[in-house]
Amino acid sequence: MSVALDTFPKLLLDHARRRGGRPANREKDYGIWQSWSWAAVAREVGDLACGLAAMGFRRGDKLAIIGDNRPRLYWAMTAAQALGGVPVPIYQDAVAEETAFVLAHAEARFAIAEDQEQVDKLLAAKDRVPSLEAIVYSDPRGLRHYRQPFLFSYAAVQEKGRELAAAKPGFLEAEIAKGKGADTAIIVYTSGTTGQPKGVVLSFDNVIVTARNAAEREGLSETDEVLAYLPMAWVGDHIFSFAQSYCVGFCVSCPESAATVMLDLRELGPTYFFAPPRIYENILTQVMIRMEDAGWLKRRLFHAFMNVARRVGARLLDGQKVGLLDRACYALGQLLVYGPLRNALGFSRIRLAYTAGEAIGPDIFTFYRSLGINVKQLYGMTECSVFLCIQPDGEVRPDTVGTPATGVEIKIDESGEVLYRGPGVFQGYFKNPEATAAAKRADGWVHSGDAGFFAEGGHLKIIDRAKDVGRLADGTLFAPKYIENKLKFFPYIKEAVAFGNGRDSVAAILNIDLAAVGNWAERRGIAYASYQELAANEAVGELLRGCVEQVNRDLAAEPALAGSQIRRFLVLHKELDADDGELTRTRKVRRGFIAERYRVLVEALYSTAPSVRIETEVRFEDGRKGQIRAELAIREAACLPLAREAPPLRKAS
Amino acid sequence: MQNGKTLGEPLLEAREISLSFGGVKALRGVSLAIRRHEILAIIGPNGAGKTSMLNVVNGFYHPQQGTITFKGETRRAMRPHQAAAQGIARTFQNVALFKGMTTLDNIMTGRLLRMKRGLLWQALYWGPAEREELAHREAVEKIIDFLEIQAIRKIPVGRLPYGLQKRVELGRALAMEPELLLLDEPMAGMNVEEKEDMCRFILDVNDEFGTTIALIEHDMGVVMDISDRVAVLDYGRKIADGPPDAVRADQAVIDAYLGVSHG
Repeated sequence: MSVALDTFPKLLLDHARRRGGRPANREKDYGIWQSWSWAAVAREVGDLACGLAAMGFRRGDKLAIIGDNRPRLYWAMTAAQALGGVPVPIYQDAVAEETAFVLAHAEARFAIAEDQEQVDKLLAAKDRVPSLEAIVYSDPRGLRHYRQPFLFSYAAVQEKGRELAAAKPGFLEAEIAKGKGADTAIIVYTSGTTGQPKGVVLSFDNVIVTARNAAEREGLSETDEVLAYLPMAWVGDHIFSFAQSYCVGFCVSCPESAATVMLDLRELGPTYFFAPPRIYENILTQVMIRMEDAGWLKRRLFHAFMNVARRVGARLLDGQKVGLLDRACYALGQLLVYGPLRNALGFSRIRLAYTAGEAIGPDIFTFYRSLGINVKQLYGMTECSVFLCIQPDGEVRPDTVGTPATGVEIKIDESGEVLYRGPGVFQGYFKNPEATAAAKRADGWVHSGDAGFFAEGGHLKIIDRAKDVGRLADGTLFAPKYIENKLKFFPYIKEAVAFGNGRDSVAAILNIDLAAVGNWAERRGIAYASYQELAANEAVGELLRGCVEQVNRDLAAEPALAGSQIRRFLVLHKELDADDGELTRTRKVRRGFIAERYRVLVEALYSTAPSVRIETEVRFEDGRKGQIRAELAIREAACLPLAREAPPLRKAS
Repeated sequence: MQNGKTLGEPLLEAREISLSFGGVKALRGVSLAIRRHEILAIIGPNGAGKTSMLNVVNGFYHPQQGTITFKGETRRAMRPHQAAAQGIARTFQNVALFKGMTTLDNIMTGRLLRMKRGLLWQALYWGPAEREELAHREAVEKIIDFLEIQAIRKIPVGRLPYGLQKRVELGRALAMEPELLLLDEPMAGMNVEEKEDMCRFILDVNDEFGTTIALIEHDMGVVMDISDRVAVLDYGRKIADGPPDAVRADQAVIDAYLGVSHG
């Protein structure tokens, strides 16, 4: 690889020269997939960049980008970088307040919005963001009567760009040549589990070296295909759908709309796929529900061959030895069940799939691997340009996150926290030197904030956030996320929040999964009219008690954690929601916030009361507020004494 | 109204329409003009004759008295298919879609009037017939995009929730590229969010395509929000006609809704 290709705009020009005819982006337009070659993308990006320059975009300016995954928005990133500017992607479902905070903090002068919805959000924020001068929109629908002088259509900006390019030939090439690897490539705002979001500054060297190392380790090439469907503002999407595409030249497709992702997945059949655990979970839940509704023969076939797959599928994928008879059975299953199922899910051509962000349930993980889909876990974060650890092929285990990625060093400090060092380590938090100093030590090691240890074979195992690992009043180790994950591995439980630090026992607040519990209730003829009613149902409470008691049995088998079994729990009457601040935008529970907001519930869990009344304020997407009231039952779960081995009991179902 | 658009000359004028079924007088000498590019709401208590009026306009019922002038052409009675051919499309109070067909196919049926090739050509699906089908499919895809129903393109409409079926029905009416769109209770049985969506689509249709719209609606909030003009029927008579604010303050309308003794 030539030394000069150290920025994305330079990589783009290189692709346009070397593989100009190959597809770079695809998007469905009026029901038909349209594609843009690398040469076409270079033209589009060039026009946009020149247009922005004509509007006064200068080196170092920030370009806010907000919308669903669209080729035009990805091009805007490269266009800003070509002019020495910095793209700042913003979560498309962020409420106006969050959007305004990021815009103001990043001092964005320009913003590109996908459609009217996002333009409205930017207009609402504009008064509080003095730096914002111009807004460019991609989809003109509904914007015909907007008369603001600072509002421009994407096409009009590109038109200005063509005029500028004609008047000043060589302008863009000269601008691109000024960029170098040490420059800031992007500022990614972290979703902020606590407090305001922080802007992580990543240089071209950070992103490109990390993305390229991982691509080489996994053997990605220009023939790979990716579906870009996760938020553009999330660093993972930036690496998988942008950086790695620019590094090796593969094609990135954008779904028609957020609602059609599963259909688009099936039509495209990507070879490289990333999803957080909850998406794998949702897909599996859908498959199981549909199989329950299938005819007798199909159901029998499915279950019979899934048993075969569970026994040998994962071993075959890992290249281990498998008996001839089992091989034959698996081959038959491939023909009758696994192949068609993979096809129905859009996983026919998958060579490499990742999951990260949260622990994945062992059952779910094994399900995909046994179908022959190479799902692997990785461990990473925004501050290190994603890749810290990757599971090597053939050494994939459900409970570890793999070995350090190329060039990355990892060590565990005295307190059990994971520290790392490597090429992807961020430059700092934007305009926040205190936070930068707290995370990055002088010797170059960075605090991950996660507690973990190395298991056999040099595989890293993560148990929880370092600051969340606590102790019960009697000194027993309490790892809340570890317990919550065990709860969430049940299909009926969507979210769980465990409490116990400094208390004498562990208690939990649970969220039912509407699809799974709803289906379960339907099968049993339990009528319900709303989420709240279903959650309050007595039988549903008993179902969840079974799940909690199963978790207690699992915990009892682990000597270090046996003391942290769940004594009391309740089923929450509303779904935890990012709009109410209960989850982060990447759907992680904000335990501290929830403990504060539902203080009444937590207190009741630690009393002897059989139920508790609560009133909660909910916020709708348009910012309006409403009240819901409920009387919640508190249930007790059986705890087991500390034992070597938990007695075998039937599964909760 | 909100966009300062100018309302044109009458697109359709009904004069002195009277319609009775046996002894029941559904409409008694109603005169009503629908002007180009406006959104006209027809309101009134149950049984006031609103749906009958729409049925007269698109030729479903033939009035005993009165004339209708559409695009300058006066007629006494017209068959529904003639009305459709001249550019009047409608949706129904109870969704009237082909339940077993997909969203795409249902909207495609709205293009039927515009297809020129005969059955045999279309069965052969070759040459001109293929080109024609492709052009119509593109028009349908634009409507699917417009109504944001990409995700249900290939789903049989019988499996869709009611709110979406209403949207598909609107899509089928739009596929005819009508000049006049008649909507019979487009928001009946919808929740607040679905109503808001539907309002936005109706306003967008009116704004983007310049389609003239006459609609029957019971939700007064919706009526006052989106219509340029409101006509009120009561016992087969028109009792008021004017801008929403004027109609809201009209004593005869208040009486009709709150009820006074009819002497």
